[in-house]
Amino acid sequence: MLKAIIVDDEELARQVLRELLGTAGGVQIVAECANGFEAVKAIGEHRPDVLFLDIQMPKLDGFEVLELIDPPVAVIFVTAYDQYAMKAFDAHAVDYLLKPFSTERLGKALERARALLTEPDAHPFQAGDLAASARPPGQALERVVVKDGTKVHIIPIAKLDYVEAQDDYIALRSEKKSYLKQQTISSIETQLDPQRFVRIHRSYIVNLERIARIEPYTKDSRVAVLQDGSQLPVSRSGHTKLKELLGDSV
Amino acid sequence: MHPVFRNNAGRVGYVAVWMVLAGLLAALMRGPGQLSWNEALSLAAPLCVFYAFVCLASWYVCRAFPPGPTSATRLVSQHLGMAILACALWIGLARLLALPMNLGTRLDAAIPHLVAVGLLLYLLSVALHYVLLAMEASREAALQARDAELRALKSQINPHFLFNCLNSISALTTTDPAKARDMCVRLSDFLRNTLGLGERASIAWRDELELARTYLEVERVRFGARLQVEMIVEDACAECQVPPLVLQPLIENAIKHGIASMVDGGIVRLESRVQGGNLEVSVENDYDPEAPSPRRSGLGLRNVRNRLDTRFGGTASLRTGSQNNRFRAEMVFPCNKAN
Repeated sequence: MLKAIIVDDEELARQVLRELLGTAGGVQIVAECANGFEAVKAIGEHRPDVLFLDIQMPKLDGFEVLELIDPPVAVIFVTAYDQYAMKAFDAHAVDYLLKPFSTERLGKALERARALLTEPDAHPFQAGDLAASARPPGQALERVVVKDGTKVHIIPIAKLDYVEAQDDYIALRSEKKSYLKQQTISSIETQLDPQRFVRIHRSYIVNLERIARIEPYTKDSRVAVLQDGSQLPVSRSGHTKLKELLGDSV
Repeated sequence: MHPVFRNNAGRVGYVAVWMVLAGLLAALMRGPGQLSWNEALSLAAPLCVFYAFVCLASWYVCRAFPPGPTSATRLVSQHLGMAILACALWIGLARLLALPMNLGTRLDAAIPHLVAVGLLLYLLSVALHYVLLAMEASREAALQARDAELRALKSQINPHFLFNCLNSISALTTTDPAKARDMCVRLSDFLRNTLGLGERASIAWRDELELARTYLEVERVRFGARLQVEMIVEDACAECQVPPLVLQPLIENAIKHGIASMVDGGIVRLESRVQGGNLEVSVENDYDPEAPSPRRSGLGLRNVRNRLDTRFGGTASLRTGSQNNRFRAEMVFPCNKAN
């Protein structure tokens, strides 16, 4: 018996999935969620095998939900029409269902999920990776979502001061608070708008608008002093990048 | 490229016109200068060949100084200056041509006529070029208007909307067959009505509202209690003629960026009234400012703005803004009634 969670903001969409899963058999629905927040909570509680996930939803969209969940889960996207996302699904999701879909099509998706779940060393659904790669290319992040215990924080990009690498985590600094997230600094670097955020050091990405000045530190290293007074190290290549974006005055 | 050169008829016609002009010019010069036909023609022909090119050049001047944005004094001084320059060159050429012909003072007597004709021909070419430009602009505008209409209609049947509707119907077929059938009927009504609109330039506001109402009813099945609708419509609006589907994008945005972003949904409120000969429409909806933004193309609003511009020029406007987590779009344009 597969444990499944359905996430969709439309009651009728959840209803049709519930009904067809009943017909297909072998699946136990442990939770139904109408928005992203509920989904993150329910996934943490129930640790499902399969996740049926809509993309456009209130609060958190489907990609953001994936970023916030830890347990590996077989993700099946359920969407009406989304040509960009579909390319990503091909590569990374277990499957995607286009609304409306038939019982047979749903059965196939379940088969794929089962096959992958029973493969001992298959780890095809590390949610974070999927979230990063499923986002349409060329679209910079507008906000970062972070889970803190059961709470979900949403940090709009404009309020993000800098990002610091801490082992497997990144610390996101915003409005005098730090938020830890399990993601590599290189991966978030690719998601941020390169015109606004610059990797100034192996371990630091800074919001250009927050830099007050650049000061020399040792013979060939510098520090960036931010408007709130905090100081971040700037590597030589980081300084080159800053000069390109801000001019020689730095 | 100059419009005269765009096709053979233009080229041949232009040469023919100047041949006639050369004949007339020769006839005109004969009198005062007591010139023989031979002398007059051998002056007029090269003069006209030269001027045929000069007058073409005024096209580029006209294009560089369109009458709207250029001030009247600037326009007059610009073209008078060019006319005087062209005329001076034409007189100079006439004198040059006369040199080997031993005309003596006989040419001097014809000079005032030459000056007058030179100025007039140049200014005439300016006027004709402005007429040509206006014709091109109006053709362009008509094309753009048609493009905007086509785009509006194409973007109309939004695939998201259609597939989500079909999914709702698929859900209802087992639980509530009567409602499923009802939704099929409404969806069909909506599609049929929008398809028929392609050929029409205007429809009555009453019909546009009816379309919006059908659309909202279909969306209500999908969103259930999350979508609430308020419509306040003055009777006086009913007969105003509007571009078809001008309201539709505003309603779609209210759903897509508003209601769909809220867990508990919200209200879409539509008001319309006639004020001082204008139809004033507003669409207001709740939205969640912290919602993940669906791909905001802004295409819908831009389309509406383009269509209002091409149809009504400066007399129409579309303004948007948000306050207290409510988004508001206001559209104002002249209320023209049929006949």
